[in-house]
Amino acid sequence: MQSFSSWKGSPSAIILMSMLAPSAATASTGARFWFQPPQTEIAHRISDLHILLLWICAAIVAIVFGLMIFAMVRYRKSLGAVPAQFESNKKVEIIWSIIPILIVLGLAWPATSAVIWMKNTSNADILIKITGYQWKWQYEYPTENISFFSELSTPRAQIDNLQSKGENYLLEVDHPMVVPVGKKVRILVTANDVIHSWWVPAFGVKQDAIPGFIRDAWFRVDSPGIYRGQCVELCGKDHGFMPVVVKALPQDEYAAWVAGYATSRAASSTAAAGDAKNYTIEELKTQGETVYGAKCAACHQPSGSGLPPTFPALAHGKVATGPMAGTIDIVMNGSKKNPAMMAWKTQLNDVELAAVVTYIRNSFGNASGDLAQPKDIAAARH
Amino acid sequence: MANTVGIASGQTGEHGKKGLLYWISSTNHKEIGTLYLGFSVSMFFVGGIMALLIRAELFQPGLQFLRPELFNQFTTLHGLIMVFGAVMPAFVGFANWQLPLMLGAPDMAFPRLNNMSFWLLPPAAILLVGSFFVPGGASAAGWTFYPPLSVQMGPGMDMTIFAVHLLGISSIVGALNIITTIANMRAPGMTMMKMPMFAWTWLVTAYLLLIVMPVLAGAMTMLLFDRHFGTHFFNAVGGGDPVLFQHIFWFFGHPEVYILILPAFGIVSSIIPTFARKPLFGYRSMVFATIAIGGLSIFVWGHHMFTVGFPAAVQLFYMYATMLVAVPTGVKVFNWIATMWKGSMTFEAPMLFSVGFLLVFVLGGVTGVILSVAAVDIQLQDTYYVVAHFHYTMVAGSLFALFAGTYYWLPKWTGYMYEEKLAQWHFWLSMIFFNMTFFVMHFLGLAGMPRRIPDYPLQFANFNMIASIGAFGFGITQLLFVYVVVKCIRGGAKAPAKVWEGATGLEWTVPSPAPHHTFTTPPHFE
Repeated sequence: MQSFSSWKGSPSAIILMSMLAPSAATASTGARFWFQPPQTEIAHRISDLHILLLWICAAIVAIVFGLMIFAMVRYRKSLGAVPAQFESNKKVEIIWSIIPILIVLGLAWPATSAVIWMKNTSNADILIKITGYQWKWQYEYPTENISFFSELSTPRAQIDNLQSKGENYLLEVDHPMVVPVGKKVRILVTANDVIHSWWVPAFGVKQDAIPGFIRDAWFRVDSPGIYRGQCVELCGKDHGFMPVVVKALPQDEYAAWVAGYATSRAASSTAAAGDAKNYTIEELKTQGETVYGAKCAACHQPSGSGLPPTFPALAHGKVATGPMAGTIDIVMNGSKKNPAMMAWKTQLNDVELAAVVTYIRNSFGNASGDLAQPKDIAAARH
Repeated sequence: MANTVGIASGQTGEHGKKGLLYWISSTNHKEIGTLYLGFSVSMFFVGGIMALLIRAELFQPGLQFLRPELFNQFTTLHGLIMVFGAVMPAFVGFANWQLPLMLGAPDMAFPRLNNMSFWLLPPAAILLVGSFFVPGGASAAGWTFYPPLSVQMGPGMDMTIFAVHLLGISSIVGALNIITTIANMRAPGMTMMKMPMFAWTWLVTAYLLLIVMPVLAGAMTMLLFDRHFGTHFFNAVGGGDPVLFQHIFWFFGHPEVYILILPAFGIVSSIIPTFARKPLFGYRSMVFATIAIGGLSIFVWGHHMFTVGFPAAVQLFYMYATMLVAVPTGVKVFNWIATMWKGSMTFEAPMLFSVGFLLVFVLGGVTGVILSVAAVDIQLQDTYYVVAHFHYTMVAGSLFALFAGTYYWLPKWTGYMYEEKLAQWHFWLSMIFFNMTFFVMHFLGLAGMPRRIPDYPLQFANFNMIASIGAFGFGITQLLFVYVVVKCIRGGAKAPAKVWEGATGLEWTVPSPAPHHTFTTPPHFE
């Protein structure tokens, strides 16, 4: 064998060291090979249970492999072994049937108590509704009257290898979910289109988001920080691109965030509502292109060609080249036939909606020449 | 493998047909077995190429070769083709070749149905592979077809549904044929408790097929109706429930994984006694363990759904039931070791693959125990840990047993010995590259990498690179398998009737290669 230092970087070394040091979160390479450090009591329990199981399984594997390897070394024809002819032995057969039953019974108690603990969502301090969309999350705080969407913020150029990748590549969003530490947070999870699954590994919480049904789970975060996870149920094309990011704040900072959210929303809604200005087609198309790139291009593609049949083409599309009212309606209210097309009226303001509608009708070879003004959108809202 | 039945020598078949028409109309169990095995090998390579494309994309972070929508099509079709096109037909091929030879029967009970159940497969394969070329491409909803995602898919999904229906009919007919053959066509004197383990494992498998395949067909039909005829079985807007599909699917899906592994147990139970030169230890308990595994498999489907949000009581029921599976499986493993104990072992390729099967299958088994604990499963569900777990049981389990069985019976089928040295290389390379590919996936899963993603955060880069290198090594190694098999079909050292010194069983009483018709008069069995 070569010197130890060259061995240290080899795959077998990484594997071996990871087996020897399960608590280490990162190796020198930055690779992660074990659970994220637990941040809630649930995650601690899962981690402890897993370590217990791992030792039991390691013991079973050691015994089974040991017996096999001993037999293979000892009872070889080449060593002159003469085969015995026994076919059964009641005593050992009973023993090796009973031992696994005892192990299973022994495991049943800790395994059961963890399940019951996880399922107890009563007496929560804070309630947050989480809705999965293709391909973003919506967080709603009904009591605090807060609602926002959370989307991947990694630039497209990094994914396409045109830019070097950042530290939190694919694990960063524009608006993370915000929770206070030390409070019992109950989440209500559902979905708008297909099944998604909300997962924060450090919390030990994974809950499928099922359209039409609400399921719940809970966690209480120990310490402030930013915790990252991903959608874990195949939900279509950009399943790998809808991370979950949770920012846990000390309780006073959380209260400040809630208060700040209310003021900023009041400011933005007055700005958007008071906008009676008439924009030029160029102004709208420029802004519309930005909105389109951020919200529409993932499905309808930057060229407007779509990904039929689920995501129809906008270039020469029936709705995009039809009457203006139809375009505004489907953009604002979504499609009644195809749940993949969501309603945008709650996510975009009047200017953004007017801009994107104008952009769609005057791009990709579509040349209606007409334009939607923010006041048309405002009228359609009522 | 034409010359095994005398076609290569220019002999016309008994119905005076030649070439393709001969094979299409053949009702001979050996020829149909050969067709099944040939079909399986070609599907194995089709599914394998998809796996390699997936691993090429995952070699580095970022999107390099495949757009996400195509990546999802490959993960979906890789799963479907490997399960329904490669592993299941391979075991049916073994059943066709071996059951009549092992039971002392002249053929399968229903030779014409046997022909039909094979010839349903190629159209299904054409539908599956052809679905890549229709608008929207192949199904990208995963091999589990979960709605509403599967309702969003294009016509490729309908082709997949139709293909699954064809495969289902084929399996049901095949299962009926196997049950009838085992029940009625054993040699005089061969009672149920004296028949080879391979027949027992296939009997249980065939009953599982009869129980679950119609259920899958129902789920597929409901999906088709939801897609095109305005029903709302799985759509909450119309009063349906997407989770209902998961219940129906996994009622099929969990027994399905035992369908893929029980015949493997049967093959290994034939091989280990031969090379230990000692009878199978604990035959009776092996039989009961097989029945117990088959029975339990029907009641554990909920463990695939621990994250859908069951009430605590349901979660606990499925957890306990799943943990119980470890008991009969453990009995089997201990019985195999006891068979080896105080034997006189040699390690030719079939034995190497059987021992390799045992080692890696035990690893897949213990990760199964870890996953059975619902709280831990919630952390690992839909991550690469699960991918590692089921490839340990399906590749190292089913596939290694298939390799073992191929080397074991190939001399009987072809009349020639395969080249031992190359076969042993095939074993060692497969073993090394398999573990290189899949062992590291445990760590990816623990660290939190989800399944079915075309791109991943940077912290997963190292292990993905190792897994991709291993996958290409494993894929290329399988070309060696084809080479060894083809070489053996073409010639080599003449194989005696009893190929292996320690072999027992009726198949070794007929000459090698096994003549076109065997046991036209029932053999004597003691």
